[in-house]
Amino acid sequence: MTIANLGTNAAGHLATLPPDWPGGFWWHWLVFVVIIIAFVLLMAMGFIWIERRGMARMQARLGPNRVGPFGILQPVADAIKVLLKEDIVPAKGDKIVHWLAPVIAFFPVLMIFAVVPFQDGALLADLDVGILYVVAISSISTVGLFMAGWGSSNKYSLLGAMRDVASVVSYEIPVVLSLVGVVLIAGSLSLNQIVLAQDIPFILLQPLGFLLFFIGGCAEINRSPFDLFEADSEIVAGFHTEYSGMKFAMFYLAEYAEALVISAIIATLFLGGWRGPILPPWLWFVIKVIAVFFVLVWTRTTLPRVRIDQLMALAWKFLFPLALINLIITAIQVLTWPVALPWVIIPVNIAIMALLVLLWSKFFKLGWGRVAV
Amino acid sequence: MVLKTEPFVLNIGPVHPSTHGVFRMRATLDGEVVIDIEPVFGYLHRGVEKLAEERTYTGVIPLTDRLDYLASMSNNLAYVLAVEKLAGISVPERAEHLRVILAELQRIASHLIAVGAFLNDCGAFFTPFLYMFREREKIVDLFEMVSGQRLLYNYMRVGGFNQDIPDEFLPALDKFVSQMPGFIDEYDRLLAENEILLARAKGVGILPKELAINISASGPVLRASGVKWDIRKADPYSIYDRFEFDIPTGVVGDCYDRYRVRIEEMRQSVRIIKQVMKQIPSGEVKSKVPYLIRPPVGEAYAHIEAPKGELGFYLVSDNSIAPYRCHIRAPSLLNLTALRDMIVGWKVADAIIIFGSIDITMGEVDR
Repeated sequence: MTIANLGTNAAGHLATLPPDWPGGFWWHWLVFVVIIIAFVLLMAMGFIWIERRGMARMQARLGPNRVGPFGILQPVADAIKVLLKEDIVPAKGDKIVHWLAPVIAFFPVLMIFAVVPFQDGALLADLDVGILYVVAISSISTVGLFMAGWGSSNKYSLLGAMRDVASVVSYEIPVVLSLVGVVLIAGSLSLNQIVLAQDIPFILLQPLGFLLFFIGGCAEINRSPFDLFEADSEIVAGFHTEYSGMKFAMFYLAEYAEALVISAIIATLFLGGWRGPILPPWLWFVIKVIAVFFVLVWTRTTLPRVRIDQLMALAWKFLFPLALINLIITAIQVLTWPVALPWVIIPVNIAIMALLVLLWSKFFKLGWGRVAV
Repeated sequence: MVLKTEPFVLNIGPVHPSTHGVFRMRATLDGEVVIDIEPVFGYLHRGVEKLAEERTYTGVIPLTDRLDYLASMSNNLAYVLAVEKLAGISVPERAEHLRVILAELQRIASHLIAVGAFLNDCGAFFTPFLYMFREREKIVDLFEMVSGQRLLYNYMRVGGFNQDIPDEFLPALDKFVSQMPGFIDEYDRLLAENEILLARAKGVGILPKELAINISASGPVLRASGVKWDIRKADPYSIYDRFEFDIPTGVVGDCYDRYRVRIEEMRQSVRIIKQVMKQIPSGEVKSKVPYLIRPPVGEAYAHIEAPKGELGFYLVSDNSIAPYRCHIRAPSLLNLTALRDMIVGWKVADAIIIFGSIDITMGEVDR
């Protein structure tokens, strides 16, 4: 049996392989690995540029504008600069952990894109447990961040890492629960099937779920106003205080790649993924991803940071109950109105969301305040 | 099973993004909670008070620039007031008016940095900070017009100023004063009612009224605790008694009150400048003062309401050309006294914003 035969045989077992794709399973695998790596790296660099220019615009300054037209090569210049820096490992740090941490923080991001469809069927593996896979893999980054905090042998790093673990463990629950609503409506865990089910973008059918996922996602990927793990005004740079050179670049890249993941998941699950008129599907996907990221930039430039106890309170007192209620409401709607008209259910859902958020913010206390010492 | 935690010491500063200079806090933490804190300063000590004894009375003015380097004009003003009191020198009317204008502009500039840096400490990633720097830039341009400098102005002299203001100053000031209230509203719209800011700053770092008075706090820190005390009203210097303005006060003395008081004070400063501009007389900006001032034997204390609080200069003269003793009452240092009482029991993140809300300049703390 030749390798090519092996490929075709394996492909034969994969029912979801796009029929018009050339070659067998291994070609499919190779092509998509290249696409994913190129996509993640290019988009992360694009994000860095968008964030720096966008933030500069919002902050009444110019931003990078020297390297290339509109400073578009600034991420490249940054990368070259960072690669030429000395790689410093703290004398008392755990060297192996310190070395492994950025790798472990970065590679899950690439793995998540295996199940994100760029257009109909154009994805590395159309897993039947797509969402479960995304949720599981995305948590691995946390291990990387905690390793960084531990291996650095620095108190600021450790504080940042502890905050990270505490918040990711809490936020995982409301984030997963808010996704279940989407799964109930679509009737599938596969991301491609969910996109196919979105004749109406799920942001309209699941406004509360979207809100909860967006907030929880921000907290999980360390974006403002939940950027506590590397709060520059408090704990200097958090878990990557002791990193420099290439390893720092990996963390920097991982940060933006995680933002890319959350943008891509939101675009896929709530904004209709690659679906859209006129333009090619992959372009719609990219546009939606960038639109979501722009909102992330927007919040980052505007909002102050919450405190760690407020962050935990938000997860357990606000997001968690609302996610449960959202799940129940969605289940009732799916069971009782299977063919409900969208123009009825959309306003109803938006009204429910507004009511619940207002209600909860009335009797919801942020944080604990002063501790008696 | 009883889980035990072990406190550990975290050294915040002297090189840290949020210590506003070379301040150091030796914090003992239990997890995230600060259970003890020990402020350490002295990293910027230059011996200004001793240096002043070696210089002529005019030669001390550049030293005062370097105290609170974010409010050089106010420092100059406090010092020259002390020398004028000591030597019995009068100041022309025009110079008095200009002094009020410059001191109030300086208050706005200093409060802009204070509020911007405070919001930055809260985690608003540089947006309010840069917005406020945009307006501070205009004030700095105005100061550059009159003094040629952008940070350390060295503009005031005993008996007035070293030169008159240029012709383009008043139109530029008029433009700034008409625009500034709109910008202050813009800052308010940006974050004043923000839910996260309220959660972070309200009730955090309360400085009770009694404690504030006991530690001899002054300026916005004292007023935020609800004490209506402003040297401009309590012991008017220069010509402040001719103008109408209110003293904004806080209620509980938390970080949010200190932030609000500063914003309101900027409004009041604009109000004062508008009144002064209507009645600036023409004439000399400097009275006849000998090249080397030899005040009679004696002592004098002059204090002003500097942006950060009561800034006082205590001068002793032995009838020579240099002060025999120069003591500086620095508001930053005294406001810092209650830091431990305010921070203990809060979290690390709160420690940073409480410290930021006091608004100190290390140049003044260490002298």
